Amino acid sequence: MRSRETTALGVAIVGAIIIEVLMKLGVINPYWELIIQYACILTIATLGLNMIYGFNGQFSLGHVAFYGLGAYASAIVTKAWTGDNPLGFLAAIIVGGLVAAIVGFLIGLPILRLGSDYLGIATLGFGYIVKVTFDNADAWIPMMGGSRGMTGIVKMTSWPWVAVAAILAVVIMRNVVYSSHGRAVLSVRENEIASSAMGIDIARYKTVAFVMGCFYAGIAGALYAHLYSFLHPSNFDFLKSVDMLLIVVLGGLGSMSGTIMAALGWTFLLEGLRVILPPEILDFRFVIYPLLLIIAMLLRPKGLFGGMEWSFLRAPKVEKRAHGVNTES
Amino acid sequence: MASILKVDSLCKNFGGLKAVNNVSFTVEKGGLVGLIGPNGAGKTTIFNLVTGHYEPTSGQVLFEDKSLVGVSPSAITRRGVARTFQNIRLFGELSVLDNVRIAFHCRVGYSLVDSVFRLPAFQHEERKLTEQAQMLLEMFNLGDKQDEKAGSLPYGEQRRLEIARALATKPQLLLLDEPAAGMNPSEIHTLLDMIRFIRKRFDLSILLIEHQMRVVMGVCERIFVMDFGEILAEGTPGEIQSNPKVIEAYLGKGVA
Repeated sequence: MRSRETTALGVAIVGAIIIEVLMKLGVINPYWELIIQYACILTIATLGLNMIYGFNGQFSLGHVAFYGLGAYASAIVTKAWTGDNPLGFLAAIIVGGLVAAIVGFLIGLPILRLGSDYLGIATLGFGYIVKVTFDNADAWIPMMGGSRGMTGIVKMTSWPWVAVAAILAVVIMRNVVYSSHGRAVLSVRENEIASSAMGIDIARYKTVAFVMGCFYAGIAGALYAHLYSFLHPSNFDFLKSVDMLLIVVLGGLGSMSGTIMAALGWTFLLEGLRVILPPEILDFRFVIYPLLLIIAMLLRPKGLFGGMEWSFLRAPKVEKRAHGVNTES
Repeated sequence: MASILKVDSLCKNFGGLKAVNNVSFTVEKGGLVGLIGPNGAGKTTIFNLVTGHYEPTSGQVLFEDKSLVGVSPSAITRRGVARTFQNIRLFGELSVLDNVRIAFHCRVGYSLVDSVFRLPAFQHEERKLTEQAQMLLEMFNLGDKQDEKAGSLPYGEQRRLEIARALATKPQLLLLDEPAAGMNPSEIHTLLDMIRFIRKRFDLSILLIEHQMRVVMGVCERIFVMDFGEILAEGTPGEIQSNPKVIEAYLGKGVA
């Protein structure tokens, strides 16, 4: 089992290098370069939401707010201080993740007590607050540009950064989910009363999952900001949160493989249709993908993966106990 | 004998309804005490008060001479009180093994950082707790089912798994809420043997809610009878069986 995971990691790294070479050789044109990077960034953000909604069962309609917070926070760092210094960019990414995580922690303290539906409304409200703040941020920090958008962000994000971040995101999430802490997070989703009766501090594990999810969103936001070098509050409105939610549901709640597939598929489908469809009916893209959603829900109501995982993302198999023999996971 | 659980003039009102009214009783260390009574007598409410799921209106709950009032359910479990539920509450989508491993969580020493980097503390403890969980499952004849979803087990096995899971929190006091509900006579027989066995093996005190007379009579040393939120009678199984008040509560008043 362990070797299978190592193999998967190896394949991912070699794949990333091949893509890099193809980009350098110009086989993949700059337009698709952007799309590939964006798809991976979206994957990181939605993996975070899958942690909150899929694994922990907490319905969040405000995920994009944390993505936005990470984007703006990191952009301020590079624009004000570090410029095009790679180490500075690394720091900016981490700052982006931390800002999202800290805000997630603070907002989570009061609202994570709420039941799922109410939590959805509360996170929706929070999302609006953040969006309006971005709209008017130039009053306090002129650099953020408010509703005119934030311009002149150094274009630092490149494929190696995105690939490393995405691979790390998957590995770390897997390691957390298949630990005792991950099981505690899952137990809260399954049955809160039983979970507390097993000695698990529910409030704590809701916070752990929420903060981790927000951190992922913040990291993704930071990469996004330095990919397009322009941020606008409308990039972080409520509908984007819905998109992320749809990706997680489409992939299958609580399935990392599903989220990854759905996030990549989502981006490539939208862009692919742009290439395939004749210009006259290009806007029908936005009819085709909801239609696919409806079909997917009819055929696979539990999502593409329905809680299953690729073998390298599955829980480590535990051998049954033979008499008196120690087990090895 | 020293008492492990002392319930003192406990009251719980839901609006105008006095679900539990001035109830006092004790469970001795190592004791096996039954709590019986007709539907709606307030038995499960007592459990919810003891385990912190409800806040008492008035009165006191002492576990090893320390108050449990106002303590959160998870903290009460960590102090050594475990319970099962009348309507089974397993983690249905998770594996049988994980259900038990989750109950070990409150004693796990490794941190989130240990798990992210798969540090030695993680490897070591994870192996240890997995082994303990498997031993528990074997004890309850569930060893072969470790990879199955808990929700897909047959009813009797789900009940057993719930008890195994409660034991994994390493309690000193175990509260069993209608463990025999929905079981056939032969399953009940096995269950009674099991209750006696775990009490010895884990050195436990047990408080048991039951509906079916033959279960309580067969296994409990002392019995409290509740009706309409109050303690109606207490005594040994023999005394309870011949107590006219109990017979009246269960069967109604004689006509003649």
